[in-house]
Amino acid sequence: MKKVLIPLVLFIGLVVFLAVGLKRDPREIPSPLIGKPAPHFTLFTLDPGDAKFSPVDMQGQVWMLNVWATWCVACREEHPVLVAFSEKNQVPIIGLSYKEIQPQDPAYKSPFDEKLKLARERSQVWLKRHGNPYVTSVMDLDGRVGINYGVYGVPETYVIDKAGVIRYKFVGAMTPALLAEKVLPLIAELNKS
Amino acid sequence: MKRLVVRVAMAMSLVLFASVSTGREAVPMAEDPKLETRLVDISQELRCLVCQNESLASSHAELADDLRNEVRELIRSGKSDQEIKDFLVARYGDFVLYRPEVKPLTWVLWFGPFVLLVIAAVFLGVYLRQRRALAAPVALSDEARERAKQLLKG
Repeated sequence: MKKVLIPLVLFIGLVVFLAVGLKRDPREIPSPLIGKPAPHFTLFTLDPGDAKFSPVDMQGQVWMLNVWATWCVACREEHPVLVAFSEKNQVPIIGLSYKEIQPQDPAYKSPFDEKLKLARERSQVWLKRHGNPYVTSVMDLDGRVGINYGVYGVPETYVIDKAGVIRYKFVGAMTPALLAEKVLPLIAELNKS
Repeated sequence: MKRLVVRVAMAMSLVLFASVSTGREAVPMAEDPKLETRLVDISQELRCLVCQNESLASSHAELADDLRNEVRELIRSGKSDQEIKDFLVARYGDFVLYRPEVKPLTWVLWFGPFVLLVIAAVFLGVYLRQRRALAAPVALSDEARERAKQLLKG
């Protein structure tokens, strides 16, 4: 009797393993950057002129970095969530406009200044139409800063603490539930310390 | 006969389309063939994070292009293969390596199959021994021998 049960138990074990495996999101890759200082950069902001932004400017504050682009479809889904969240003024959100001018764009091979101007215009128009949750947005035209942050799918969101250490990373569109259950408690905790 | 013709035609069109849809090879940059061969060598060991089951060498995703350019620049600046891999692991994690490093976290991955193999071998050994015990010839009792004799006489 016992012997008959052995294959059944093995089979159930296998099914449980496969079921758990199916539920897991293969896109969720643990970021090695958690607990590490946010990589340094200095980039032009969205605003016309020579104003630049660097993570050092946020030293002493808990802040969020949100990677986005006007061509990104999932960002459109996420955007109203971010706008509503920003209206509560709980944490400053900095946007990182990731490769606004895509390789298939005729303007891709233009000189840097022209690309920057075009990218700024497009982003401004988009933010005017969909709302602007960002304190400021920086222009990562060639995606090099994105590589340093391990960006592989837009949108991505990082929570960075007062000392400039990355504490949380999320790939994909933020949801109100995620903000309420994960991000807000984390921000409250980081603000206390 | 007609059906056969249709089938052959379908099979042929499949073959035809399959050959059309296979991806073309990445165009190697002629400027520095040495650099490009090193790039291919390194990027074959790296995973494209967008498509996940393609190597960085064969992927046509935009991020893969960017990362290849990044690797190109690292090669140019004289970095070793290991330094280049470390650079990517620091940003994208061990997942970016097709051949993850052997460390406590990846022990299950590296040695798990062998452990399973050993367990399976032990089970097989035990099972075979039990079976042999079952199949061992049983000495005939005198009674049975007598009966067999009677039967043979028939």
